[in-house]
Amino acid sequence: MQKNYLEISQVGIEFPTDGEPFRALQNVNLSIQKGEFITLIGHSGCGKSTVLNIIAGLYQASEGGVILEGREVNEPGPDRAVVFQNHALLPWLTVYQNVELAVKAVFKKNKSKAEIRDWIEHNVSLVHMDHALHKRPGEISGGMKQRVGIARCLAMQPKVLLMDEPFGALDALTRAHLQDSLMEIQNRLGNTVVMITHDVDEAVLLSDRIVMMSNGPAASIGEILEVDLPRPRDRLALAEDPAFNAHRQQVLRFLYEKHRNPAAQRTDTAEAQGKTPAAA
Amino acid sequence: MNSANIGSKISQSLAQLSLASLLVWLQRTVKNLLLPLTGIVIFLFIWQIAASNIITSLGQFPGPSDVWQQSKTLVAEHRQERQKAEAFFTRQDLRNAKKLAKNPNANVKIRPYTGKATYFDQIFTSLYTVMFGFLVATFIAIPLGILCGLSANAYRAINPIIQTFKPVSPLAWLPLVTMVVSALYISDEPMFEKAFLTSGFTVALCCLWPTVVNTLVGVASIDRDLIDVSRVLRLSSPVYIKTMVIPSAIPLIFTGLRLSLATGWMVLIAAEMLAQNPGLGKFIWDEFQNGSSSSLGRIMVAVVTIGIIGFILDQLMLGLQKRVSWDKQAILR
Repeated sequence: MQKNYLEISQVGIEFPTDGEPFRALQNVNLSIQKGEFITLIGHSGCGKSTVLNIIAGLYQASEGGVILEGREVNEPGPDRAVVFQNHALLPWLTVYQNVELAVKAVFKKNKSKAEIRDWIEHNVSLVHMDHALHKRPGEISGGMKQRVGIARCLAMQPKVLLMDEPFGALDALTRAHLQDSLMEIQNRLGNTVVMITHDVDEAVLLSDRIVMMSNGPAASIGEILEVDLPRPRDRLALAEDPAFNAHRQQVLRFLYEKHRNPAAQRTDTAEAQGKTPAAA
Repeated sequence: MNSANIGSKISQSLAQLSLASLLVWLQRTVKNLLLPLTGIVIFLFIWQIAASNIITSLGQFPGPSDVWQQSKTLVAEHRQERQKAEAFFTRQDLRNAKKLAKNPNANVKIRPYTGKATYFDQIFTSLYTVMFGFLVATFIAIPLGILCGLSANAYRAINPIIQTFKPVSPLAWLPLVTMVVSALYISDEPMFEKAFLTSGFTVALCCLWPTVVNTLVGVASIDRDLIDVSRVLRLSSPVYIKTMVIPSAIPLIFTGLRLSLATGWMVLIAAEMLAQNPGLGKFIWDEFQNGSSSSLGRIMVAVVTIGIIGFILDQLMLGLQKRVSWDKQAILR
């Protein structure tokens, strides 16, 4: 039996509040193989970021744990690199210096100065940002900043790449370019990726498996969908592909029929009880 | 179109261009030069009128013209004093040369000149006293601010002390500082004057606080995402502080430093008056005790000097802040 690369085992987390402690996650179980691309999708507030932060070690689970290559991990580290929604670049450093910070933190003892320089330039050109190597974040666009954030993570040679809605703050065209870049990098490097997204199309396009979460509180994994579309994937061709659309349908059905948005649920019940003016 | 038409069209466009740039230059000059000048001239006018209506026991309250007269007098006194000092040293050198000519092994005495400190000497004394106090304050305040900003527990422990000593006036510290300096600074060949140390430490005690508070806030308000980045990278504390905390806090640290320098300069004048450090504070105090008919005018010269120097010091700090700032979007005034 193949041992799982990354195992999230019976994870639950509770946050202390002024009153009752808030149970965000309950009994989350997920097994991920090496080289898989997983997306986490669900309504706002269902705990997707919480799961990611627990894998990253930024939060500690109240129950259960995360096991990577057979060892438990509960502290943050460069083996589980995180790409943040708001790029989190240091605004006073150039693109080169931002990536250098990460490379030096991880590889200072193992690589020579020349190797470090080459490695930084290699990763920056992977994300097609070599033209802006000595520019500061204030001088480049949002999409470019996110690329640099991805380059910084790849430069750490992580075992797992964690992405928290990396394209959420970008416009649709930039998002499309970055998705293509990400697929290209994934093809080249074969990273294990866990990505959070709100975009159903993005999820079906990029992932090997889509993990759909139920609504909070005490959220858990609802359904897992296998996306067995052949790679490399072309968005234009897939737009007409019946298999792609069938997968899309399944995800949408999960999100909008079986586990409706909690806000939508409340208006439904109010109408049913005749409390809203429309029904009166 | 023949060449004559093209020529006239070109010269027309050139004329329009230079008219446009003339208008832009005119607008800029009005904004940056004429408006401030107008403000100053109106103020001087009001001052002169108000001054001629206030009669004190020492004579009429000094107006701008009196201030101008007295400043010329102070410059002349300064020149006279310098000439006296030069004459003294020339005489001394001649005397010693004569002695040595007679007897090469004679003991020659070289005495320092003990004449009065001039107005400009006093300005210089004030400046280096405030610099001493400011630097002492900065070396204590910035590390303290970083500690309290990084550690919530350190903040809880130290904050009551900060809040208690922040509002204390320099005049309240002065007697204590004087006694401590007198008791502890016992040396046969003192490098520093006691009055200088007393004034300097009083300035330091009072201008610590803006820097501490602003550094504290700057450090504590580092972007949450950057903290997470440092955790993922497992940065050691010194590296974290050097690469993330301090650059992130620099804008607020500089705000604190500017406020501290401004506070320090104000405190210095009061401290000098009471500690008798030979700077501008002592000048004002001596003039007041002197009570001559030109005293008020001379005090007013000192007031204007203090203001102008404070303005220049602030502009220097602002220039430094602009050089260090990485944020091109920020507007620094």
